[in-house]
Amino acid sequence: MSARVQSAPFDLTAELAGFGTGAGAVVTFTGLVRDDTGTMAAMEIEHYPGMTERALSDFGQAAAGRFGLIDWRIVHRFGRIAVGQPIMMVATAARHRRAAFEGADYLMDWLKSRAPFWKREIGLDGRTAWVEAVLRDEDALRRW
Amino acid sequence: MTIEVLYFAALRERVGHPRETISSDALTPRDLVAELAARSEGHRAAFADLAALRCAVDQQLVDLDAPLGAAREVAFFPPMTGG
Repeated sequence: MSARVQSAPFDLTAELAGFGTGAGAVVTFTGLVRDDTGTMAAMEIEHYPGMTERALSDFGQAAAGRFGLIDWRIVHRFGRIAVGQPIMMVATAARHRRAAFEGADYLMDWLKSRAPFWKREIGLDGRTAWVEAVLRDEDALRRW
Repeated sequence: MTIEVLYFAALRERVGHPRETISSDALTPRDLVAELAARSEGHRAAFADLAALRCAVDQQLVDLDAPLGAAREVAFFPPMTGG
């Protein structure tokens, strides 16, 4: 049960070592830097040190209570991350798969619109553009 | 009351710096925004669209009309784009 914010890459295999002991189901989600236009070099992620860790930890505890998770882990990177590289991961462990899937889905929805991260695309030409929040991410929260 | 005001992402760029210490008697973030917007052209631009403004008081996400109370740190930023 932990949340971390770091600039360094993470190793999914290492993150899952000893994770969710006693669980019947583990779900992991990994978010990658996606380039829809073929003109992107990297994503730069800014965050609010202090608040970010607190928010992620709050989301994890809320998900654990709501879905009866045995274990959960959130790792989110900041700084410059190249196209194709992992940005973040969520892992949930529960007795049964539905709780593990729903816990991961819930965490992702909260993380996208309520954790203090801001993404900026860096183009191959060096130009930058902030990623705009999308309404469907906000709407997704109403499911829970 | 002395408040540490923080800006992130596009707001930080418009204001021109990441933080400033101000003295204010604002009762809510919305009151504080009105005071801050008058500080410079950059501040005015940063606070032009209140619908796209998010706020955290002492690192908790709050509504613009929430009471500031004895807040020490107030952050303003655009809608978040994590994940």
